[in-house]
Amino acid sequence: MTDEEIKAEFPIFEKRSGKPFHYLDSAATSQRPADVIEAVSQFYYEKNANPHRGVYELAEQATESYENARQVIAQFINADPTQVIYTRNATEGLNLVAYSYGLTHIQKGDHIVISILEHHSNLIPWQRVARAKGAVLDYMYTENGSGKITDEEIEKRIVPGVKLVAITQVSNVLGIVTPYEKIIARAHEVGAVVVVDAAQSAPHLSIDVQTLGADFLAFSGHKLFSPLGIGILWGRKDLLEEMPPFLSGGDMIDSVSEQDAVWAPLPEKFEAGTQNAGGAVGLAAAIHWMNKIGMDTIEEREAAVYDYAWEKLHSLPHVTVYGTGEGKHVGAIAFNIDDAHPHDVASILDADGVCVRAGHHCAQPLMGHLGIHNCCRASISVYNTKEDIDALCDSILKVRKWLGYES
Amino acid sequence: MSLNQIYTQIITENSRSKEHKHDIDNPNIVHDGVNPSCGDEITLELRVKDGRIEDASFVGDGCAISQASASMMIDLIKGRSVEEARHLADIFIGMIKGTVTDPEQLDELEDSQAFENIRHMPARVKCAVLGWHTLDEALKEKEEQKKN
Ligand SMILES: Cc1ncc(COP(=O)(O)O)c(C=O)c1O
Repeated sequence: MTDEEIKAEFPIFEKRSGKPFHYLDSAATSQRPADVIEAVSQFYYEKNANPHRGVYELAEQATESYENARQVIAQFINADPTQVIYTRNATEGLNLVAYSYGLTHIQKGDHIVISILEHHSNLIPWQRVARAKGAVLDYMYTENGSGKITDEEIEKRIVPGVKLVAITQVSNVLGIVTPYEKIIARAHEVGAVVVVDAAQSAPHLSIDVQTLGADFLAFSGHKLFSPLGIGILWGRKDLLEEMPPFLSGGDMIDSVSEQDAVWAPLPEKFEAGTQNAGGAVGLAAAIHWMNKIGMDTIEEREAAVYDYAWEKLHSLPHVTVYGTGEGKHVGAIAFNIDDAHPHDVASILDADGVCVRAGHHCAQPLMGHLGIHNCCRASISVYNTKEDIDALCDSILKVRKWLGYES
Repeated sequence: MSLNQIYTQIITENSRSKEHKHDIDNPNIVHDGVNPSCGDEITLELRVKDGRIEDASFVGDGCAISQASASMMIDLIKGRSVEEARHLADIFIGMIKGTVTDPEQLDELEDSQAFENIRHMPARVKCAVLGWHTLDEALKEKEEQKKN
């Protein structure tokens, strides 16, 4: 597919044509293809009712749409649909595991291990579990702040006594793919349960929960071409079955008496309250769209632009790019410009229609590990082109002048 | 919003100035301010004697807008009475919110009027008011202490 053909799939590029628009913030949230927007509209136009709560035909259609979407999503990660739980986003999925599993299984003195690369969503829930239970939270650090977690580090931190390991597959700041396979294997060697944060990986890499071997995996739809407000938690069946519910209320019970309740089977046990069926339909449509384009095509296109951006940013004067170039990267590239605060950079780039994120990227411990307070982040998705990177670099070259530095 | 209304010479020069960016001797008010949207922090130091700001400075890191705004604020409030400083803070914050537009009042801000256009850049408003908010809170706190 040509660049134009891919862009044409996303109505926002047409809507914003006429002025420069270089969307390099897909790690925050992606754009949505027309297929997704139309599928969501169609649900609300034609099939809208409260899923699982009506016996009339329309309600059954709503339920069917919602459950068919689950099948599509299950196939996408090669899972059994009963283990595919709808959430609002990755954050909710990770919190569900922390509260329902963590608080009931982690004991005083146990160790929880995460990496220094984690997003706050895969970090604060574990801080809270550790604090509530008197457990210890340990970190796997990267070699000299390079973003690389070495084998020695994995072996040194994941030792007997560690009961839970939570790891991202891809850093939302550095774009680096973590050695999650080794981490999962090592965690299982010492008897720890593994929680995988797939928020930044699911949009870029194929996921197969059968071969991955993790115990829990969470991601957000909105980073994967879907509407805001829908996400997925997948979990090992035996664990999900014995875990208590996270939220309780409507839809998650089999029967309720005045003093007691019997939980519904999986996955409803974890889906309390009226669900985001429109979002579920949108996520399924996004997966269909990704399959239509082809995961290989997506990976190839992104890799070409990512490598180009990596090289070009390294060649610019007064620009520091963070992390090693070694190993596989997808999505994000983090950088700073000498003497320029990332928020000024983002405002100046915005004037050229270049959208990047600036700040700590919900990864403050990582910022500390890198020896910075904040940085800029450009992130690349399937619709980005080398022209977007050229616009980014041209705009970067203007930043210091705007701020009053001679070059 | 055009950049040359924001990154003006006066703002960028002040953003790089170290004139007021240091510790002062014997401050009797030290107050931290945080910009929650980026985590940037400044610490304001004041030495207030007999209701007058004898000396003032700030330390901390931040974007050009927050640094310039804090530095220009110090220029303006040093040597003034606490009442005058609070009055100026009200005008500055009012200007950014768009509730103070009277040119005569705005003139009281002298060079700090240069931030008027930040109003059109909502994402950066918090940067411009960081120093002034911190000042306002610091002086309010001092007053509370006096009352108690
Ligand atoms: C690595 C990672 N984990 C978790 C999250 C949280 O995703 P959400 O905000 O959609 O819950 C993000 C998103 O910013 C992320 O990048």
